[in-house]
Amino acid sequence: MAEFADPAALVAATSRAHGEGYRTMDAYSPFPIEDLHEALGEHDTRLPLIVLIGGLCGCIGGYALQYWASGIAYPLNIAGKPYNSWPMFIPVTFECTILAAALSAVLGMLVLNGLPMPYHPVFNVPRFALASRDRFFLCIEARDSTFELEKTRRFLETLGALEVSTVAH
Amino acid sequence: MTERIQPVGESHAAVAGAATIPILAPGHTYGSITDKISAVVLTGRTPAWWYFGFLIVSGFAALLLVSLTYLFVRGVGIWGNNQPVGWAFDITNFVWWIGIGHAGTLISAILLLFKQTWRTSINRFAESMTLFAVACAGIFPLVHTGRPWLAYWLLPYPNTMNLWPQFKSPLIWDVFAVSTYGLVSLLFWYVGLIPDVATLRDRTTSRFGRVTYGMMAMGWRGSARHWHRYETAYLLLAGLATPLVVSVHSVVSLDFAVSVIPGWHTTIFPPYFVAGAIYSGFAMVLTLVIPIRALYGLQDFITMRHLQNMAKIMLVTGLIVGYGYVTEAFVSWYSQNQYESFMMWNRMTGPYWWAYAMLIVCNVIAPQALWFKRVRTHVAALFVLALIVNVGMWLERFVIVVTSLHRDFLPSSWGRFSPTFWDFSTYFGTIGLFLTLLLLFLRLLPMISMFEMRTLLPPPRVEREGERGL
Repeated sequence: MAEFADPAALVAATSRAHGEGYRTMDAYSPFPIEDLHEALGEHDTRLPLIVLIGGLCGCIGGYALQYWASGIAYPLNIAGKPYNSWPMFIPVTFECTILAAALSAVLGMLVLNGLPMPYHPVFNVPRFALASRDRFFLCIEARDSTFELEKTRRFLETLGALEVSTVAH
Repeated sequence: MTERIQPVGESHAAVAGAATIPILAPGHTYGSITDKISAVVLTGRTPAWWYFGFLIVSGFAALLLVSLTYLFVRGVGIWGNNQPVGWAFDITNFVWWIGIGHAGTLISAILLLFKQTWRTSINRFAESMTLFAVACAGIFPLVHTGRPWLAYWLLPYPNTMNLWPQFKSPLIWDVFAVSTYGLVSLLFWYVGLIPDVATLRDRTTSRFGRVTYGMMAMGWRGSARHWHRYETAYLLLAGLATPLVVSVHSVVSLDFAVSVIPGWHTTIFPPYFVAGAIYSGFAMVLTLVIPIRALYGLQDFITMRHLQNMAKIMLVTGLIVGYGYVTEAFVSWYSQNQYESFMMWNRMTGPYWWAYAMLIVCNVIAPQALWFKRVRTHVAALFVLALIVNVGMWLERFVIVVTSLHRDFLPSSWGRFSPTFWDFSTYFGTIGLFLTLLLLFLRLLPMISMFEMRTLLPPPRVEREGERGL
């Protein structure tokens, strides 16, 4: 694992590591950096789809609930309106759509990120505590097929890192 | 990390755009931002004013507890509500609190979508304010039902009575709107907190803090893949919260507008309520932010630029609200409906004329001072104006609720409303609860979003800072 002092160095290092053929690696920063996940060679666009599906389920479910409750399960004549008075059902349908979409956005984000994850080997590096403050880290994992402890360490040292350390796990 | 670098002024001006006052005072680094904001929470020494304030506001929160207990024992008869004024302080307070709760989501969601970076230092605070305001708001309709222990009947669930809620009623829409709003605000707030709580986890020295913040952070480690999904989720949430924030007060206004009461049955209500909500929300943010930035010395992060921007939004929404008042009066005359015109005449000259007059002074006349830059840049003046608007918006809801009801269609059913001690104690109690929650939040969680503040630093400066670090 290599430590960097600024975001630009981390992005550059990540691109170079990707160029060297490293794939199973991750970059850590105290705030979102736009190009960073591109530098990792990542393309994950599942989340918006999950939110769309969640929203649609909420929309259909919300309307169906009202249709079934006011038309089938418990029909009540309210001011002579039809049992299925769709204009009166819009507000609740809308709220259900938003609620389901928001829940799927948050839960989808957490599940895809594998959170909650109370333990992760990177936390074994004492200096990693700074990853949530002002330091930037690149970690190449031993599972990577190109990984060789000495060679990878030497490679990381050439990237202008402040410090290179081995992560115990 | 407190060293200051001289030549960074220009890059900060670039962040601030054309305006001269920056949104982040110059000389800050990633480290200094983190240290300054987290120090408020991680310090072992709680300031004396905090204890003093907590003592007072939690006293009021206890008063709320007493009032509600007495209410549960005796019933809603302890309030001044009576025929024909069936809705009074309870609904007034509900609408007032919900309105206040609108600024948080507006600041975090709508301003995020419009890429207004100045929102960053106030969004966490405003979101928390929203949550607590919605919590206070939620109390009123529940206790107003008369049998709050049966309030779960409002939710659609299969039950042995084979009953279902009546979905053609705006009151049920309200249940869905307010609970959705509360939940989505909570999600938005919590998602925003995750990276910051991770910072606290990494920086705290106490074991208890590490475990608690660690649980809340759920193992957040700032991975680039996580950040990418996180940002997507945050943006989508903002996109979802934007129509939601508009819908909530619209639905609240439909509680009135769908009825047949003169003064309530108008199509202008939804937009007029939404503008009023934003107006009162920003007034409340200003009311709270001005003392807090002084007490915690956060003038570097919450600059005059923020106060001025909020003042401008207050002025604009105040004008919209003023336009709403004019339209209401005009339509009641132009419609030639005798009940409508009687209602408006009675509202202006009847027994509650003083409330109407005061609301016009507070909401329409006083905020005109914000046209002047000298007022917008004067902290004390802004604070006083924000307080006036808070009062004015409460009066507006009071006028709408009570003056429309107290003159029923038949003069034989006319009445008056006079509040009792318990009306006031419940109201002030919720203010106490609100401020208690707020003080706890200030003490336990970072009031400014640290990770978003870090992104405000211009990149060139970062490299220079990095070399210094070496």
